[in-house]
Amino acid sequence: MKILVPVKRVVDYNVKVRVKSDGTGVDIANVKMSMNPFDEIAVEEAVRLKEKGFATEVIAVSCGVTQCQETLRTAMAIGADRAILVETTEELQPLAVAKLLKALVDKEQPGLIILGKQAIDDDCNQTGQMLAALADLPQATFASKVEVVDGKAQVTREIDGGLEILSITMPAVITTDLRLNEPRYVTLPNIMKAKKKQLDIFKPEDLGVDVSPRITTLKVSEPPKRSAGIKVPDVATLVDKLKNTAKVIS
Amino acid sequence: MSALVIAEHDNASIKGATLNTITAAVACGGDVHVLVAGHNASAAAQAASQIAGVSKVIHADSEVFAHALAENVAAQVLSIAANYTHILFPATAGGKNVSPRVAAKLDVAQLSDVTLVLSADTFERPIYAGNAIATVQSTDALQVLTIRSTNFEAALTSSQAAPIELLGHIDEQGLTICKGQETVKSSRPELTAAKVIVSGGRGLGTAEQYKSILEPLADKMGAAMGASRAAVDAGYVPNDYQVGQTGKIVAPGLYIAVGISGAIQHLAGMKDSKIIVAINKDPEAPIFAVADYGLVADLFTAVPELVQELS
Repeated sequence: MKILVPVKRVVDYNVKVRVKSDGTGVDIANVKMSMNPFDEIAVEEAVRLKEKGFATEVIAVSCGVTQCQETLRTAMAIGADRAILVETTEELQPLAVAKLLKALVDKEQPGLIILGKQAIDDDCNQTGQMLAALADLPQATFASKVEVVDGKAQVTREIDGGLEILSITMPAVITTDLRLNEPRYVTLPNIMKAKKKQLDIFKPEDLGVDVSPRITTLKVSEPPKRSAGIKVPDVATLVDKLKNTAKVIS
Repeated sequence: MSALVIAEHDNASIKGATLNTITAAVACGGDVHVLVAGHNASAAAQAASQIAGVSKVIHADSEVFAHALAENVAAQVLSIAANYTHILFPATAGGKNVSPRVAAKLDVAQLSDVTLVLSADTFERPIYAGNAIATVQSTDALQVLTIRSTNFEAALTSSQAAPIELLGHIDEQGLTICKGQETVKSSRPELTAAKVIVSGGRGLGTAEQYKSILEPLADKMGAAMGASRAAVDAGYVPNDYQVGQTGKIVAPGLYIAVGISGAIQHLAGMKDSKIIVAINKDPEAPIFAVADYGLVADLFTAVPELVQELS
C-alpha cells in the first residue's frame, strides 16, 4: 500500500507576521519558511506505518512555488521515499489544491492519504475533507491515533467533548491533530540521503486542473489591538478589581 | 436569496454555536432555514423552530445520522443545496468536518471561520492565527461558510414557531463505521459557552497539579476549564481543552490564564475575552501584554490564595 502525504510550505510557526502597510497582504519576504507543523505530523505517521509494515511506499506531495522542493526534501529526510511537486506561482486555494491532489490520487492509487488538519497560514481546515469529497473517499479528520485493523483504518478522532473511534474502508483520507505523534528529529545523514531521492515536477496543466482562485482578497488589515491593563500587587487587590472595577464576579 | 444553517445538536436540543450561526445567516440577507439531520431528533427540530430568525426547519431523521458521520451529513445537505445561496455551519469540530465536503462537491470555495458578514458575498476572516484579518469576496454563486461563534450574538427564542418540514433521508454511504465515542460528561459548562474560563499552561508542571491547583478555582467560580497547547502537548489534559489557533476559540466574560506564557497561538483563541487575568511568575511573559489584570506571582501560592479570597 502506498501512502500519499501532502505537505504545505508555510511561514514558520515562530514568526509573528506583519501586515503590509498597503493592506494587500502579509509581509513574507525574508521570513523563515517551514513545513506546516500538522503536515510534519502526517509525514511522521506515514513513515511509522511503513516501518510497522502496513505501507510499502510513502510519497510526499507539495503544490506551490519552486522553493516547496525544500519542504519536500524535509519530508524525505523524515522518511518519505519520493516526492512530487506540482509547481505553480498562482495563489493556490484549498479547492484548487484538493483538485490537484485528486489528480495525483488517480495516478498513484494510494491506500491512504494523510495530511495536516489545517495550515497555519490561511487557517482554512478544508483540503483533506475536500479531497475526500472529490475522490469519493471516506474521511477521518482530526486524528489522534491511527491503526490498521483487518484491512481497515481504525482512527481515533478528536471531537468536541471527547474522542470518537471510526473504522474506515481504505482508500481513505486522514487529517492529523497535534497529539497523533511527535515527529522525529531529522538527522544529517538522512538529510544527505533525502537529496538523492526522486522528486518529480508537474504543472497544474499536466494534471488537467484549473487552479484559478475563487476568492479575492480585497484587503488585509491588523486586528484590533488589545492594550495591556495593569499589574496588581497581590491576590486581594486582584479580587477587589474583579469585584468592584470590572464587576465580573460578585 | 436564502440561507441554510446546518444545526449542531444532540437530538434533544440545539447546541449553542448554532444560534450564533443563525445570526450570521440573517446577516447574509434572505430567508433562513435550519437543517436538523439526526436520529430521533424531533425534540431538536422543535427547539430549532423556536429560534428567532428561522423561517423553516427541515428535519431529516434516520439511523444514518446517529453518529453525525461527515459522509452522511454532507450527502443530506447536498440533496437540498440547490435551493440556497448560502450554506452555513458553525466552526466547531463537527461543522469543520462536514462543511468542506459539501463545498467541494458543489465545486465552490469555502470561507472558514467567518467573523463578520459585510454583504452577501463579502466577509471578514482571520488568517495567521488572528494576526491579520482578511476581507474576502467570493466569486462563486453559492457561498459555503463556517461561522466563528464568538463574533456573532446568539439568536434569541421566538414566540412564534417556524414550520417543520420532514425530508426524506439519504442512504447510508457505508464506507465509515463509528465504533464508539468517549465523551466526558462534565458538570462544568462547555468551554465555548462558558462565562468564566480557568485555563492552565505548562507552568502547572504536571497533570496532577493542573487538577489539584485549578479545579478548586474552577469549582468556586462555576468555570469551564481550558489549557494552552503546551499543556496539551505535555499531556496534562485532553486536546479538547485546548484554547488557541488550532483548538477552541473562546470569548468569555472572564478568562483566567494560569501559568500560561501567552504564545501567539494561544492568544489567537482567547484575546476576544472581555476581561483577561494572567497569573505568571515571569514578569516578561507575553500574556501580560493582553491581560487586563496581571499578577506576577508563583501560581502555586497565588491560586490557592485566590480560592481562599473568593470564599
